[in-house]
Amino acid sequence: GLAWGGAAMSSGGTLSILHSDSYAELSQYRDQHFRGTRYDQERLLRKSCTLYVGNLSFYTTEEQIHELFGKSGDIKKVIMGLDKVKKTACGFCFVEYYARGDAENAMRYINGTRLDDRIIRTDWDAGFKEGRQYGRGRSGGQVRDEYRQDYDAGRGGYGKTVQCQ
Amino acid sequence: MSRRRHSDDSDAGQPHKRRRTSEPSEIEERLESLICRVGEKSNSSLESNLEGLAGVLEADLPNYKSKILRILCTVARLLPEKLTVYTTLVGLLNARNYNFGGEFVEAMIRQLKECLKVNMYNEAVHLVRFLSDLVNCHVIAAPSMVAMFENFVSVTQEEDVPQVRCDWYMFAFLSSLPWVGKELYEKKDAEMDRLLSQAESYLKRRQKIHVPMLQVWTADKPHPQEEYLDCLWSQIQKLKKDRWQERHILRPYLAFDSVLCEALQHNLPPFTPPPHTEDSVYPMPRVIFRMFDYTDDPEGPVMPGSHSVERFVIEENLHCIIKSHWKERKTCAAQLLSYPGNNKIPLNYHIVEVIFAELFQLPSPPHIEVMYTTLLIELCKLQPGSLPQVLAQATEMLYMRLDTMNTTCVDRFINWFSHHLSNFQFRWSWEDWSDCLTQDLEKPKPKFVREVLEKCMRLSYHQRIIDIVPASFSVLSPANPVCIYKYGDESNRSLPGYTVALCLTIAIKNKASNDEIFSILKDVPNPNQDDDDGEGFTFNPLKIEVFVQTLLHLAAKSFSHSFSALAKFHEVFKTLAESDEGKLHVLRVVYEVWKNHPQMIAVLVDKMIRTQIVDCAAVANWIFSSELAHDFTRFYIWEILHSTIRKMNKHVLKIHKELEETKARLARQHKRVSNLFVNSKQNGPLEEQIERLQEKVESAQSEQKNLFLVIFQRFIMLLTEHLVRCETGGIDVFTPWYKSCIERLQQIFLQHHQIIQQYMVTLENLLFTAELDHHILAVFQQFCALQA
Repeated sequence: GLAWGGAAMSSGGTLSILHSDSYAELSQYRDQHFRGTRYDQERLLRKSCTLYVGNLSFYTTEEQIHELFGKSGDIKKVIMGLDKVKKTACGFCFVEYYARGDAENAMRYINGTRLDDRIIRTDWDAGFKEGRQYGRGRSGGQVRDEYRQDYDAGRGGYGKTVQCQ
Repeated sequence: MSRRRHSDDSDAGQPHKRRRTSEPSEIEERLESLICRVGEKSNSSLESNLEGLAGVLEADLPNYKSKILRILCTVARLLPEKLTVYTTLVGLLNARNYNFGGEFVEAMIRQLKECLKVNMYNEAVHLVRFLSDLVNCHVIAAPSMVAMFENFVSVTQEEDVPQVRCDWYMFAFLSSLPWVGKELYEKKDAEMDRLLSQAESYLKRRQKIHVPMLQVWTADKPHPQEEYLDCLWSQIQKLKKDRWQERHILRPYLAFDSVLCEALQHNLPPFTPPPHTEDSVYPMPRVIFRMFDYTDDPEGPVMPGSHSVERFVIEENLHCIIKSHWKERKTCAAQLLSYPGNNKIPLNYHIVEVIFAELFQLPSPPHIEVMYTTLLIELCKLQPGSLPQVLAQATEMLYMRLDTMNTTCVDRFINWFSHHLSNFQFRWSWEDWSDCLTQDLEKPKPKFVREVLEKCMRLSYHQRIIDIVPASFSVLSPANPVCIYKYGDESNRSLPGYTVALCLTIAIKNKASNDEIFSILKDVPNPNQDDDDGEGFTFNPLKIEVFVQTLLHLAAKSFSHSFSALAKFHEVFKTLAESDEGKLHVLRVVYEVWKNHPQMIAVLVDKMIRTQIVDCAAVANWIFSSELAHDFTRFYIWEILHSTIRKMNKHVLKIHKELEETKARLARQHKRVSNLFVNSKQNGPLEEQIERLQEKVESAQSEQKNLFLVIFQRFIMLLTEHLVRCETGGIDVFTPWYKSCIERLQQIFLQHHQIIQQYMVTLENLLFTAELDHHILAVFQQFCALQA
């Protein structure tokens, strides 16, 4: 078929320079809580079908996420990120696809576009493990909401440290 | 000198990826980069860049000839939008080194033959075009190119070959003429005239039954949706009438004419088109999508006419740019916008038209639909002062022509428009579309708006949609996606099963097990049966009703809640839905509970198939059941059906892959086990596994075929009923429902054509027989014509 045809041809090659796929590459971010070596983590990231999705509004629902991310393929599971204390949505989630190719398309075409009027960000995730659905900030939400200075109506208003002043 | 490379502490256990880079591979990378990048934005002129690069490559020929050959062949194949840049480069190299020119031509011919052998016909066209432009660069002698084209055109004389084979060779010939027609005609006018007249007679006699199936609109106004070869032929005829004057294509070789015409040319070796084989798969025919003409941008440069060769070249190049950069949306947008000739053509209009051409292409778009949405957003970002307006104009036009738009294309329009709006706060001048409010809700325009609003709601929430549309549009607004629980109200206590429902509710809230649920359900009477046959659990619609209604109602909070519920009580579901009637009834109840929330129905059906509570055939039968007749033309129904078919297809592929992998493992095992062990008939574990998998594959394939047969059968029944009713009643057959239904049937054929090809004999003999109404039979015949 067409997929392997290019590689199989002996007189022409495929030039890596023509096959740039920067949106689907790993970012610089590495989960500091990951149990295992850097190498293990990267190996998992490179074959993962799971994406971390960030900058969600606290009010964005699983249904909305399903609708948007369903545009790049069949979704196996959506796991909403929760405030560790309140157990309410705290602005991130995991989306797991059945096929890696579908996750790649999400990285190429859904990352950096809007959901609930907010530009959302997707990144490769090494795979969901129990406990990772909770925010890691001191107050229970995400770390980024602890220290930020701006007012964000979709993410509980001011950052936690500002709120406590 | 220090050999220290980047240190990475977590390298422990990781094999060294970086060795000391050797000079040759660095140079090869540099060559690749130089060649691939030539022609991009630069401070120097293209001509001086080409001159410089030709010098560098000539110097590297002694050591890197085969690498350079390989790179050039690859860019010829993969960067057709830069065709003339690279033919000029090859021309300059040939002028400096005749032997290299000859070797390049030979390598290209080898590459062309290989492409044809592995069915890479789209890339083969680019190679043919490249070769033909090499005539303009004095690399290839015109008479030998004409001879190759003579061999191409003679394929149309072959007997007993698919028309699509002849089509390709004709297309390869005709589509090269914008580049080389002038030169070939100047050198060999008699031969060219003969070829063109052979082309004309082929195009006249070829059948075009397939065309209606591939058209985006059924109307010919304002722009006829022409078959691609017909359009190309008109363009070439016009080009000939204009004495082959073509002014759009950038021809860098013209600047080097004095150097190039000194070069010696090579003759193409005689090229025999490889014969047709059983494995040959030729490109599908296409219809040329047009939505704009010169009247649409009165202020700007004039848009080349539909039969001008400029239009062909621009569209080809823009399609090629998308094909080259589809994975990199920012690059793709930038490359599209920097297409040369920006001030002479209304580039934004061309870009928008080409993108919609791909999005609406039948059977399928070349790339995933969501790519086009995001690409258009990137383009709007880069040209905020002009592109959004063109896009709005296009949207308006598409809306105006909804009445004649193919249903599948309307689906894509709905998906695109709603997703696009969700990125721009749903801002739209809905009042401009108030005309749809006075129409029957089943008519295309109000239907479109309803479906768009429903999709917009899925991406946001119900109140948002109420807020963004004028009050007059409330009749088209989606229902609030709430669950309908029939046992919810005290007033329903007279309903059979009401008390059991209450019981179940309490039990489930108290974390009851499957067994406890079974025992509660045991007391539910069966309205269908007079006696109990002692079997225990046979089809009992009331049991299903009470259980499914109650459970779904308790789990209504979110998808995750519902999925957990399905998982927890999987055993109960499996038992209740054991029979075919049981499966159908489960689906009916799901619909009754969630008819306000189509998205929920879709995800539940998906989950139930994946956990084998229902099977694909049950879903198909449910979709065609009378209970769903009211929703039959709604978009979500067809999303569910196509998703179901796709799951079936993926399932077959998965088991097939498992079988192939196991067979490969067995083959490797046999290789390892030497001739010492003669008893090869031994039924080892792998052999048994293969046998089991073989059975699994056959069973899955049989289920897959059955699914399609069920679907086709139900379509035929439904359509025949309608046709008979219309004929006896003397009313017009062509109602909005009918148009939708017949196009949905077409959609099944088109979206799954590769699988359905396997069933042609069965379909012809069993279902699509001559006795069928000609309206329905036409769809089948058009499908047959696609690869005939």
